Amino acid sequence: MASFKFTDVYIKDAFSIAGPLESEGQIHKYDLTIDDYYYGEKSLMDAEIKMQRVVLDNLFRRNKLNDKDHLLIGGDLSNQLTVTNFSAKNFNVPFFGVYNACATFLESMILASHFVESKKIKNATIITSSHNLNAERQFRFPIEYGAPKPNTTTFTATGAVGAVLSNVKSSIKVESATVGRVLDYEQKDASQMGAVMTPAAADVFITHLADLKRDAHYYDAILTGDLGSIGAKIFEEYLNVNYDIHLSHYMDAGCEIYAKSQDVYSGASGPVTLPLVLFNKILKCGKYKKILVIATGSLHSKDTTNQKKTIPSIAHAVSLEVME
Amino acid sequence: MNKDEYQKLVDQLTPKEKKGKHLFWAFLVGGLMGVLAEAIVVILMECFAVARTDAYQYACLLIILFACFLTALGFFDNWVSKAKAGLILPTTGFAHAIISAGLDYKKDGLITGIGSNFFKLSGSVILYGIVSAFLFSVLGVIIYG
Repeated sequence: MASFKFTDVYIKDAFSIAGPLESEGQIHKYDLTIDDYYYGEKSLMDAEIKMQRVVLDNLFRRNKLNDKDHLLIGGDLSNQLTVTNFSAKNFNVPFFGVYNACATFLESMILASHFVESKKIKNATIITSSHNLNAERQFRFPIEYGAPKPNTTTFTATGAVGAVLSNVKSSIKVESATVGRVLDYEQKDASQMGAVMTPAAADVFITHLADLKRDAHYYDAILTGDLGSIGAKIFEEYLNVNYDIHLSHYMDAGCEIYAKSQDVYSGASGPVTLPLVLFNKILKCGKYKKILVIATGSLHSKDTTNQKKTIPSIAHAVSLEVME
Repeated sequence: MNKDEYQKLVDQLTPKEKKGKHLFWAFLVGGLMGVLAEAIVVILMECFAVARTDAYQYACLLIILFACFLTALGFFDNWVSKAKAGLILPTTGFAHAIISAGLDYKKDGLITGIGSNFFKLSGSVILYGIVSAFLFSVLGVIIYG
């Protein structure tokens, strides 16, 4: 069984930083926005590290967290998790670095929830970030190179989001979670990650519903990670054709960040996409009580893409309940 | 749904690229680059009394300089991604590829950064350019003696 129910895990606090393009998009409620990709630093890598540091500084200070009974779990897209490792060195806190590409945030949340549920620690902080230009450089082309891209490409969002999980009751409960499997549907196109990740998203969704004996209408809102506008259509059609499920309150985080007028191909991607939308739109609007969040990750590297290997993908699901 | 059926579903829901539009812009911008180069040649010949064969070389160098400079200023990539082949095929594409790679690695040191990565994107053009030049020269000698 890949699904777990939690009784005493709550999201106590969250903090988001959004980049220049993101702050001009559809969401205007970010805790902090930056208007410079360098964020006052000398390199883009340092800028992303600083974003994580500022998020963690704020969370630790606001919640008076120290190294006792506390754990930090997080990851990002950079090779060897450089960004998260270098931001974690500033805090004297036990730390796990994790990687599931764009599903990293929920991976961290599920791991942290288990620690909090076990009562062996009181608080766990989770963190993720992505930076458009760092991702471009690592996965695609040099930053200043204007490679023509197909419409199926997604645009890596810039930002950092952290959250504190605690066993002290608060308004957002982490109710249950399902850990996904790595699937490979023989998709090779790294510029169409929505198609790569859809089977993993559908698999974890169906497993979650079956394990917990629920149907899709149990949830007021279903939010997938970063499938993008084309990927979201494929996801809906895939569920429709294979499982006869018609989603009614479905959103994809990739389609919720940027405004239509912004030229971002088929929407946002990157590990920060899902938490940016979750904490700054879905949870802040107060409309939804039972929310299923599915984070999706495309597990390729530049080497596997160059070697024309098929791309495996992963997705994790977390069910959140907003309490009165 | 097996993997082949899934591929069909993906193909069916993936919007087609607007090739006609890309072609039009590439043709227009590529053509304008030609006009610009010809204008430079004419100016060099008329105002600086440069011979036509030399003027072609200078025009080529100026266009390369122009592409490098605009890439370094940070907005030429937007033009290239819009105009596509219109700016990639002329020497502007080659210059843009070299300068963008150089800029990307300037923090990694002169040898391990800029030196090792300068021809990252354009290395293929140089390598296969030389190989094909050699092959065609051999063919030329065989056919025409």
